[in-house]
Amino acid sequence: MLALTQLYTILHKDLLQELRSKEIVTTMLVFSLTVVVIFNFVFDPGSAEMRATAPGILWVAFVFASNLGLSRSFAREQENSMMHGLLLCPVDRSLLFTAKVIGNILFITLVEIVTLPVMVIFFDLEVGRLWPLLLAILLLGTAGFATVGTIFSAISANTRSREVMLPIMLFPVTVPIILAAIKSTSYLLAGRELADIWPWLRLLIGFDVLYFFVCFLLYEYVVEE
Amino acid sequence: MIVCRDIRKTFGPMQALAGVSFSIGEGELAALLGANGAGKSTLLHLLAGLTRASSGSAEVAGFNVRRQPHEVRRRIGVVSHQTYLYEELSAEENLRFYGRMYGVTGLQERIDDLLAMMELWPRRDDLVRTFSRGMQQRLALARAMLHRPPLLLLDEPFTGLDLHATDLLTRFIEGAAAGKMTVLMTVHDPDYALAHSRRLLVLQKGRLVLDQPAERVRKEDLLPYYKEK
Repeated sequence: MLALTQLYTILHKDLLQELRSKEIVTTMLVFSLTVVVIFNFVFDPGSAEMRATAPGILWVAFVFASNLGLSRSFAREQENSMMHGLLLCPVDRSLLFTAKVIGNILFITLVEIVTLPVMVIFFDLEVGRLWPLLLAILLLGTAGFATVGTIFSAISANTRSREVMLPIMLFPVTVPIILAAIKSTSYLLAGRELADIWPWLRLLIGFDVLYFFVCFLLYEYVVEE
Repeated sequence: MIVCRDIRKTFGPMQALAGVSFSIGEGELAALLGANGAGKSTLLHLLAGLTRASSGSAEVAGFNVRRQPHEVRRRIGVVSHQTYLYEELSAEENLRFYGRMYGVTGLQERIDDLLAMMELWPRRDDLVRTFSRGMQQRLALARAMLHRPPLLLLDEPFTGLDLHATDLLTRFIEGAAAGKMTVLMTVHDPDYALAHSRRLLVLQKGRLVLDQPAERVRKEDLLPYYKEK
C-alpha cells in the first residue's frame, strides 16, 4: 500500500512540476507540430506520396520530440541534487523507475493526443474505425521508447553533454521499437489486414516487455553510483 | 548509533577513504573536519547509502547500510549544502511530498509544527524558488526532520548562510542533540566545530587522524590537518 502511495506521490510531484514549469510538454509539442507542419508543405495535399510517408513522419515527430522531453526528465532531478533526496527515501529503486516511466509516457502521450489529429487533418489520412488500433500502436511504441529513454536519461543526466549523449545511446537501442511502430502504423493506414499488422505488433509488444524488465533490473545500478 | 569498520572507498586510482573505523553513540553531537578532499562528504554519502564502500562495513542504528538500506534510510535525516528541494513546489508541498515518501503519520500536524519551528509558516504556500538561501536551508532541515530520524547527517549545512540562519540552525541542532538525537556534521570552520560539537573527528587523505572530545582539542591542534590537500 505504501508503495502505491509512493508511486502516486512521485507521479503527482512530476505532474505538478510540469504544470508549473511547462518545460517538457511545451518543448515536445512545439517540435512535433513544427515537423508535421513543415512536411505538410513538402507534399501535395492528399497525394499518394504524402500518405505513404505519413507514418514515418509521424514517428519522426514523436521520437525526436520525446528525446527532447526525456533529456529533461532526469536533468530536472539533478538541480539541487534532488535525485539524492529521492534516493534517500525508503523506496525501491524499481518503484522510482516505474514512476518515472509512467510520467514520461503521460507527457509523450499528451503531445501525441494534440499532434495526431493535426497530422490526420493536414495529411488527409483515413483512419475511420481504425482509431483504437492506431492508438494502441502509438501507446505501445511510446511505452517502449519511454522505458528505454528513462534509463538512458538517468545515465546521461550525469554526463556533461547530456543533450548529445541521450540520442546517441537511445536511438540505436530503440531501432526495433521504432521500426515495428512505423511498420504497424503504415500497414494500418494502408488498410492492410490485421494478419499483416500482427507480426509487427507482436515484435513491438515483445520488445516493450523485454526492455521494461531489463531496464527495471538495471535501474538500481544506474542511479546509485 | 553509527559503527564504521575499516571503510575504504576508491574512485578509480584515487583512494577517498583508506580504512576508516569509528563508532558514535546515541545522542552524540560530533563534527567531522578535514581539508577539501579529505573524504568527509564521501563518508557521509556512504553512511546515507548514496554510495557503496569498496570494502569494510557501516551500520546505522544496528542496521547494515548495504544490506538493510530501507531500515537505514528510515532512521537518517540528511542535510547537505544542496537542499534536495523542488523549486517549483511550495514549502508545504515539498514537505508533503517527502512526508508521503517516508510514510509519516499525522503528516499535516508534523508539517505545521516544523514550518512554525523553522519560522517559515508565513511563507508555507510560496514556491521554494522565491526563498532566500537561508530559508531554503531551514526548509531542508525541516525536510530532514520530517520522519523523526534518530540520526542527523549534516554535510556542510552552513554554506552560504547568513548569521540569523546559522544561529537558528545551530540552536536547532543543539536542541536536537539534547533530545537524544545523534548528529554527525561536516564543517569547514574549526572554530564552529570546537564551539558547538562535543566530539571531533578529523580526516586527512581518507584516514581518521584524530578522534577526541571537543574540550580536549585546541584550534592549533587542528590547523596542521588543513595544510595539505
